[in-house]
Amino acid sequence: MSSKLKNIFFVLVSILIGFVIAGVILKLGGFDPFEAYKIMFLGIFSKLSYVSYTIIKSTPIILTGLSVAFAFKTGLFNIGAEGQFIIGATATAYAGYFLNLPSYIQIPTILLIGVVAAGLWGGVAGFLKSRFGIHEVISTIMLNWIALYLQNYIVMLPGFRKPESEASFDINASGSITILENWKYSDAGVAFLDLHPLIGDFLRPPFNAGIFIAFLAALIIYYILNKTTMGYQLRAVGFNKHAAEYGGINVRKNMITAMFISGGLAGLAGSLHVMGVSKNIAILAATEGYGFDGIAVALIGGNSPLGCVLSGFLFGGLKYSGAKIQSAMEAPSEIISIMIGIIVFFMAIPKLFKILSELKLKKLSKLSKLQK
Amino acid sequence: MLKILLLFSFTLTTLTFFLSTQSITEAKDIKIGMVTDVGGINDQSFNQSAWEGLKRAKSELAIKVSYQESKQDADYASNLETLMDGKNDLIWGIGFKMSDKILAAAKQNPKQKYAIIDVGYEKTPANLIGVLFKSEEPCFLVGYIAGKMSKSGTIGFVGGIKVPLIQVFQYGYMAGAKFANPKIKIIDQYAESFTDAAKGKAIANQMFKQGADIIFAAAGSVGDGVIEAAKEQKKMAIGVDRDQNSLAPDTVITSAMKRVDHAIFNVAKDLKAGVYKGGTTITYSLKDGGVDIAPSTSKHVPANILKEVDNLKLDIIKGKLVPPATENDYNKFLKSHKL
Repeated sequence: MSSKLKNIFFVLVSILIGFVIAGVILKLGGFDPFEAYKIMFLGIFSKLSYVSYTIIKSTPIILTGLSVAFAFKTGLFNIGAEGQFIIGATATAYAGYFLNLPSYIQIPTILLIGVVAAGLWGGVAGFLKSRFGIHEVISTIMLNWIALYLQNYIVMLPGFRKPESEASFDINASGSITILENWKYSDAGVAFLDLHPLIGDFLRPPFNAGIFIAFLAALIIYYILNKTTMGYQLRAVGFNKHAAEYGGINVRKNMITAMFISGGLAGLAGSLHVMGVSKNIAILAATEGYGFDGIAVALIGGNSPLGCVLSGFLFGGLKYSGAKIQSAMEAPSEIISIMIGIIVFFMAIPKLFKILSELKLKKLSKLSKLQK
Repeated sequence: MLKILLLFSFTLTTLTFFLSTQSITEAKDIKIGMVTDVGGINDQSFNQSAWEGLKRAKSELAIKVSYQESKQDADYASNLETLMDGKNDLIWGIGFKMSDKILAAAKQNPKQKYAIIDVGYEKTPANLIGVLFKSEEPCFLVGYIAGKMSKSGTIGFVGGIKVPLIQVFQYGYMAGAKFANPKIKIIDQYAESFTDAAKGKAIANQMFKQGADIIFAAAGSVGDGVIEAAKEQKKMAIGVDRDQNSLAPDTVITSAMKRVDHAIFNVAKDLKAGVYKGGTTITYSLKDGGVDIAPSTSKHVPANILKEVDNLKLDIIKGKLVPPATENDYNKFLKSHKL
């Protein structure tokens, strides 16, 4: 427990340092950092629609963070969350447009299709690693590009592409998870929300059920990792795969399983994004960064499910509110990327000290042996 | 743990309450804000051009201006809302990627004025202006220049992503080249990207190998790579959107300009005078200078060709010559001119 507390302390200090250094950089750029932070704070909490937007923006990166964290726990570095996100989004958008079932079947069906497709996509990297020893960092990076261009190809398929545009048709309304979507634009809804501006404000953004599913996913991942045999085996492979093999654990099978689950989580993020926010997929000139943000979320969250949820909110809030300093005080919103970089950097430092001190100890013990 | 969480949320709520009750000081100046698409503010292309238009409005009309960059497609809606909460009198959406989002925003907020570049709606709400450009016109002219100036008889076209908006550039350009030289061979390729300059360079080198000596790129930053390749191989390139001669003064012989800045400035000027043409689509063409070929063209293009181009320009303005914008029109154009 004390080491856990220590870790949380390091995270909080790193975040504080991130804010301070970003503030200094803002000051050097001729902007008032306190003003900027005030705008950011108000930009999240001063209106319910802002809170709603923050939640919406945090949902996908909480899940991609979970995806990366889960792979980390099993000793794998999943840089492919980006591509798995895209595959999940594409599969769900495709199924969501061509299938039209009653909502209570449609929603789980297209969600599952997205998750499984992305899981298989991640599983490919796991298979390549277990069968041929191809490092997952390399294979997942390359699979990201394949996913990107596959999506661009699928968007343009005749019958799926919305004519004269660079996006697909919207998914059928039965697959939407946006809360009260039809009602809030109906006459009765508009009249009610006019009378209750607070609720109306909160519902104005595409607030959706995604965040609850993300919480659920975090719980399930916590349970799998800590309370099941499979989780025990996965973690054992992560700690030391040779020892795990010696202990009778099938390392190869576990690698594929780990990448399947990790991919599925990133795919879940993509599916929920399509079902709750974008409703379609569009041609992408470059990857959008949901998966890469997930890496930072996992690092800040210390690779624990609860940590990912919290750091996902932090990251989502910073990204959403950080954009606001641009129009309000003409300060560059890139400062947020700098801040997040600094936080990750300083979080890595305690580990660096640990490694250095361990090295020193080893050297000392060697020296003492030699002296003997 | 629960207690701490409760305490935390309680403090946040109270803080929120106090901070939100602060009144925002009302300014009487006109405020205009723009949301960029994912290309960002320094894209060497239409986002940058739009911002130049707003900056001109700031210095000449004393209008308060700001911009909000989008990093992902999902940012459009929230960025539009941020600018609305920033009490902007007019909000610009730059680029057709935002067409659905800005339409939805305009319907939701009937009192807020909006405008968008590169989109013409079938039914435009009264608080939205669509702005279109007849890009095929300047592209026809630069195509004509390419057709006349190519020594090898082969020219190239590099597009960003194959969407109607970009195909307009292609067919205008191809028609102009064929019009200048019916025997000319035109190689075309799409980079499937608006950002990958390295890919633009590779495509351009490939085209040079196939004998092309002039390449026109309508592909955002991909075009930077095309220009770089042309510079290294001592061939010629044609710029797009802005006068791109400054990127490689000896290489870029002309540019097909789409004066987004012009359109933005004009709407700002109208707004200052109390005019707002909501519910309409404004189309810019050679006639009003909203599209044109770059002023730097005269540096590289011989006077006799320039004169022919000027005559063609007059014909287009008078409606005697109609450059094609789609594949269908292009084929019809070739047939009717027996090319």
